[in-house]
Parts: sequence; structure tokens; C-alpha cells
Amino acid sequence: MNRRKFLIGGATAAGALIVGYAFWPSRRLARADQLAARSGERFVASWIKIASDGTITVVVPHCDMGTGIFTALSQMAADELDADWATVRAETAPADPLFANGPLAEGFALEEVNIRDDSIPGFLRGAATNSLRVLAEYLDVQTTGGSSAVRFTGVYGMRVAGAAVREMLVKAASAEMNAPAREFRTEMSRVIHMPTGKSFGYGELAAAAAGYTPSSHPKLKNASEFKLIGKTVRRLDIPAKVNGSTHYGIDTQVPEMYYAAIRISPVFGGKLVSVDEAPIVQSRGVKKVVRFDDAVIVVADRLWRARNAVEALQPVFDSAGNENISSKTIRDAHLAALNNGKIKKDLTTGAGADALRNGTLVERLYNVPYLAHAPMEPPNATAVCKKEGTLEVWSGTQDGLGSRAFCAKAAGLPLDKVTFHLLPSGGGFGRRLPGFWNFLTYAVKTAMAVPGVPVKLIFTREQEMQHDFYRPNVTSRFKAAVSNNGLPVAWVNHYTTDEHPNPEAHIFYAVPNQAYGTAKVATYVPTGPWRSVEASWHGFFVESFVDELAHEAKRDPLEYRRALLQEKPRHLATLNLAAEKSGWGKPLPSGRGRGIAIFECFGTVVAHVAEVEVSDDGAVKVRRFTSVADCGMAVNPDGFRAQVESAVIFGLSAALYGEITIERGAVAQQNFTDYEVVRLAETPEIDVHIHESDAPLGGAGEPGIPPVAPAVTNALFAATGVRIRELPVKNHALVDSAAKRV
Amino acid sequence: MGIRLIVNGIVHDLDVEPDAPLLWVIRDELNLTGTKFGCGVAACGACTVHVNGKATRSCVVPVGSVADAHITTIEGLSVGTPTAVQQAWIDHQVPQCGYCQSGMIMAVSALLAANPAPSDEQLAAAITNICRCGTFPRIRAAVHDLAMRKASGGTP
Repeated sequence: MNRRKFLIGGATAAGALIVGYAFWPSRRLARADQLAARSGERFVASWIKIASDGTITVVVPHCDMGTGIFTALSQMAADELDADWATVRAETAPADPLFANGPLAEGFALEEVNIRDDSIPGFLRGAATNSLRVLAEYLDVQTTGGSSAVRFTGVYGMRVAGAAVREMLVKAASAEMNAPAREFRTEMSRVIHMPTGKSFGYGELAAAAAGYTPSSHPKLKNASEFKLIGKTVRRLDIPAKVNGSTHYGIDTQVPEMYYAAIRISPVFGGKLVSVDEAPIVQSRGVKKVVRFDDAVIVVADRLWRARNAVEALQPVFDSAGNENISSKTIRDAHLAALNNGKIKKDLTTGAGADALRNGTLVERLYNVPYLAHAPMEPPNATAVCKKEGTLEVWSGTQDGLGSRAFCAKAAGLPLDKVTFHLLPSGGGFGRRLPGFWNFLTYAVKTAMAVPGVPVKLIFTREQEMQHDFYRPNVTSRFKAAVSNNGLPVAWVNHYTTDEHPNPEAHIFYAVPNQAYGTAKVATYVPTGPWRSVEASWHGFFVESFVDELAHEAKRDPLEYRRALLQEKPRHLATLNLAAEKSGWGKPLPSGRGRGIAIFECFGTVVAHVAEVEVSDDGAVKVRRFTSVADCGMAVNPDGFRAQVESAVIFGLSAALYGEITIERGAVAQQNFTDYEVVRLAETPEIDVHIHESDAPLGGAGEPGIPPVAPAVTNALFAATGVRIRELPVKNHALVDSAAKRV
Repeated sequence: MGIRLIVNGIVHDLDVEPDAPLLWVIRDELNLTGTKFGCGVAACGACTVHVNGKATRSCVVPVGSVADAHITTIEGLSVGTPTAVQQAWIDHQVPQCGYCQSGMIMAVSALLAANPAPSDEQLAAAITNICRCGTFPRIRAAVHDLAMRKASGGTP
């Protein structure tokens, strides 16, 4: 499902009906205090608690899966609040409708209708914010995805909340001294009365401040006034992540807890036919065998006992007629859809495909395979169905409130009978987004089978590798007409999809006539969003094809892109900085090559230059990455750079090795032994530069991914003359051309 | 029939099967959850602990094979103040999701005890742990920083 369209569909339906509030009215603060405030703390407005000792807690309606957003969002709130950073901490918002993420809904809505927020008149801003906050509550939204935390929650939520709370603290001081608000300023968590110099700590004022109604459009700082936004700070979560004290979902300990091990039908769609419990009836600690339509679960008093027992069972699954499906049949179906199927038109500009007549035709076909997310923490959840008809669940997912609603539905309980504890995730990458919660379903249903007993279900790596929701297999056919100067006059891209058309396919290059179309393919392999989603494949396709056009035109790939980006100063500047920092054009020894690629998604433009080395026996080594990102401005520059480094490594794993294949209807890969990923030995030198611009804040977690693979394959082409059009690189022999070079 | 385990200096007599994996005994019998499960086949290193000082992937170690050995987990690596490796991890802002970092820190600590100044090649050969967030560049920088500080007689 397209989450943006989903939200906006709801906005149109619900938005008109609802007038509400940007922040909680004061009557709601009491409930927030009850839910999420400890002794001495109180909520002053949405997302911000202030304790009597002055400690400021930013309550984040997202999960921590490692991208540093708890710190960045706290910086945004604290900056507007003029808080003393040393007193600021962050915690996860309760999975409660009271903490639904309205700013996220607002951000997606504004992105969809393409309105810059400053173009909305002030009086309407509040109304839009109000209805979207209510909408988020209605839809149970607390999602972490779409690289949205900083640019949406931060911009529309945290900064506004920080500024509103600052105003409330000033009002409280003003009332205390019976002096006009304009005589006060704020600094380092103090409200200072300028004429007398008398000052109050935020902790002293918090209780009185909470009595005022927060403004939904408080005065925000200009960028020149920022003290924390744009400055590198140390991440708040790191100290607990170096001593083992961070509790992830998998670390949930509940007294008298049982453990569950699962075996799911290896063939997608297969059903459980029979299972003989005889081999395990005598096994120590085994409590129950739970049968599902498509799986069997053993509950035992220890995890290894449950796992040994589920291994000993020989469940029989049918294959639902899918036993002949393989990667080859899937690839053939994609090709057939492109060749014979109906192409559904998406965007057309100029004369579209008709302009293919106006130059020399260049045609290329590309493919990317299914990919697993393979987060380090395998999916897991702990659940207990209590006898009084309530359900309590602990897990790390990419949406706490959504998970709570999902578990309620799975258990057939109303939302208020369900508690969901959102815990930090050992990586997400899309695996834990709404719609992909098979681990929650199995955990809740297992808990229902053993009422009163808490059960922790942990997928093995093998079960996870085989029952993920994969980045789809996609095939894309490009046609371009190239004029005498080598530049394209027509650009036609038809690609396969099991879903909707992808705006990410649309290029930012200046080509006068463009046409896009999709060939619908049925997939029975479950697919889902994978870090950077559609951009992850279109980045490879587009940046490979542009590189091929440059080669056809006998022009330098950098210079060729520059020629097509004359109307795009932000992209051009990003590209130029990457070229400069990488030493583009400087001679390299034999066997080495550089490749360049640039892509924009989630509001951020990223250019990479990869430098590769291919040995005489064809072994590939990626030596160096030079990366430039324009995200407007980075809230926490070092944290942002870490996300780009992360994207390079994650993207390299996919480009070099990543491939989930299907054999006889099932995933062939089992574990990290046959789903290889980059490790320290394969890690290139990575040099990240932030290019600042006046663009709105862009995302951090995902935009680095799409240009990674094409930068590598373009570099491999430069090094060897071998053009890789199907990922991953490991499937291609580069040895012949290496030999030819000698 | 019990198994005697010595973990972080504390002796435990446990009623578990000798073939129970050390990882799950540490996590679920001793409630030391800093040691993580990642793959179950000793491929990723998230479960790395020290057995008599040697970095060991605990998910494939039968608990019976380490009875009476001295086992150290991330919880036992430091008491109160972070070790030099942990501090370097903070200084270089290494962790992202952090899930693999207990194993990374245990593996790197064991390596540096044996070889205080590993080259890039020695480091890459010794540390084969997987981190899906891709914290490797910072791990490399942190380890070299530690080696330099050690060489200049700095922090312990």
C-alpha cells in the first residue's frame, strides 16, 4: 500500500469534517501525565515534559532503529525551547492515540500536494495542523519510515512544540512577576526578566506553564538564531548501546515467560496439512504445539527447547500449486509482461514515445532481484493474553500505535484492552513497517492459545530469511533517441511493478520528451518497502542508462550529466562537489575505475563517486566512496554523515551480493552464510560531504542508497568495459575483460 | 545434574542440558541480555563473549563445553566507567541501532588485548562480525585511534 496516498485519501475524507487542535488542550495533559510522566515531571505541551529539577524530556512518536532521530528531534525541540542541552533526554512516546503523530500526516499531506509550508496563510496553518493531528489519531499513525522523522515530525512537530512551550514558560514568568512578556528572554533553560535580571529555571515554571494553552503557530527562530540545529551533538542513545544496557524487543523479560519457535510453510501460500506431535511429547519443557493455517509453533519453557522441538517435528505443508515457481519463471513473467503485456501509461511529457523517431535509438534492459532486509535483530514479539480479556505486547516495530491497533485486531479486542510497548529495534530498513507484521500475528495468536502465560516468539535467522517481505524483483526497459550532440531527445521507460506506478522513475534530467509506463506483474512472493523503496531500483536503472548514453555519445559521464542538469542548480552543485572531492578525471592505475551516480529522493540529493579495482582474476574491490548529500541543512551533521556511510555499506551489500532467489516456490537462502553482506574487510574508505542549500530539510536514512549500486557498476564499466545490467555484481564474470586488458 | 558456569566472576549452578547453547543460557537463565542473537550459526558475531579471554561466538557453543571456564559478557566488561574500547565507541559515535555492538566490542577488545595496534588487514581478518547499519568505517577509525593512544602511552 502506498502510505502517502493512504494518508491523503483519509485526509480528504476526514479532514473537512474535523476541526480540532494542534496541540492537546489542557484537559488532555492530565492523561498524558498519567501515561508517560514519572514523579516530578509534567507535560507542558505535546511531545515535551519538564521535570521540577529542570530535566527536559522530548517524547518521540517514532521508534529508535538506529538512525539518530531521537537526538535530532530533541535538538529541534530544544533549540526552539532555548533549553540547556545537558538537561535534555529523549524517550519513546507511548503507543497511545494521544501521541499519534499529526506532524507526520501533515508532512506527507504537504508533500503530496506540493505546497511549501510558508505558502499556507497563518490562520489556515492551525486548521490544517489540527485536522491532520486528529487524522493521525484516527489512523493510529506513529510510523517511522519515508525518512520522515526530521523533515516532518521535526519541522511540523518538534520545533513548533519547543517554541510553544517556550512561550508558555514566558507567560508563566510574566504572570509570576506581573510584568509584560516582552520584558523576558530565554536562555539555557531559564526565563530571564531583562529589566531586573531576575530569572526562573524551567523546572520552577513548568507547573504554571502547563496551565496555558499552547499556540499552534508560535514564533519560530530564523536559521541564524539556531544554537543546536545544524550543530553536531553526541547521540543521546549511544552510551547505553556500548554496554549492553539498551533493551530491544528481543530482550523483553516477563516473569514466568514461555518461548515460542516457529516453522512456516517454506513455499509461499502453502498450508499446514499435518503435524505429528509424537516425536516431542516426551521432550523436556515442551508445553504446547500451536497449529496455524500456514505454520506450526512449539511453546516451551526455554527457547532452545522450543527450537529443538520444532526441528524434531516433521510438519507436512502443501505447496498450493506454487512448487514450480522459480526465479527463472518470475524473470520470464516480467519479460513477458514488458514484451506482450499491456503497458499502463504513467507520465508523458512533450511528444513522449513519438519522439523516439527523432534520433538514434538506444535500448537497454535492466533487472534487480528480490532482497531481504536482514536486520540484525530477527523479528520477535512477546505477548500475554490475560484472563481478564486484555492483551499486552512488547516488540520493536516501525509504528507503535499502529502495532497496538494491529494486535488488537488480531486478538479481536478493542484498542483500549491492548497495551503495546514499543522497544528499540535492532535495525528496521522497512522490515518492521505496518503491513509486514507476520511476527506480531503469530505472537498474538500463540499467546491466545496459552491464556495467562507470556510467550516470546523469536524468528530464527532462517525463518526470517525465508519469510520476509522482500524488495521486489523489477525489470525495466529503456529506450532513448539520441540527437547528433549525443544528448537524448526522447526517454521512454517501461518497468514491471506489482503495485502502483513509481514517481521515483521520473528523471530530473532535461530531456524534452519523456514517457513512462508500467507492466503489471502478479507476484506471489510477498514484497514490501526496503530502505529507499522504489528509489532503490530506479536509482540503479536511471543512473545506469544515463551512463550508457554518455558512453554511446563518447562523452565523459560527469560532463554528460552536467549537460543534462543545467536547469537543476542544486543537483549540479552536488554532482560537482562529488567530482571535485573524488578527484574525478585524475588518472588511475590499470584495473581501476571511477563511476558516478546521482539521485534524489525523500527531499535529499545524493551523488556518489565509487572507485573500484578489479584484479586479473576478476575479483572486485570497492576502494573508495566519495559522497555528497544536499539535505538542505543537516540537523546533526555528524549523525547525518553516519547515515550516508550506513547507506553506502547497506547499498554495497545489495549491489555486490544481495539476491534472494526462488526455487520450487521457496526462498533458497537460509542465513548470512548464503545471503552475504559487506563486512569490515569489504568496507571502502568513505568520505562524506554535506552540501548545504536553501532547500527544505530532506531525509537522511534512505537517500544515500539509490546511487550506490550504479556508482559501483559504472565504475566497473570504466575499469573493465563490462556493463552490468542485472544485480548483483557477484553473478558476473569480470575476468575475461581483465585478461583482455593485459 | 547441574552445570557450573562462571560468568563475569559469578559462579552459577544451572539445571540445563549440556547441549543448550551458551548464548541462550546467558540470556534466559542469567538474564544477561546484552549478548545478542543474530544468526544462530556463528556467522554474524552478535553473540560474541569471552571464554577464558578468547572471543567466542556463543550461539554455537554447548554450555557443557565451557563448564568451569571464565566467561565474560558485555555486562562484565566494565563496571561503572566504560573501558577504553567503549569510550572510543562513544567518541567516534560508532553505534547506530547498536544491536551488533556488544559483539563488536567484545571481539575488538579481545583482539586489542592480543594485538594493540592491528593493521587494517589484521583488523579485517580478525573482526568478521556483521553490522547491517554499516558502522565499519567508524569501527576502523576507533580502533586505530585506540592503537595510537596506546602507542603514545595515553589512556589505558
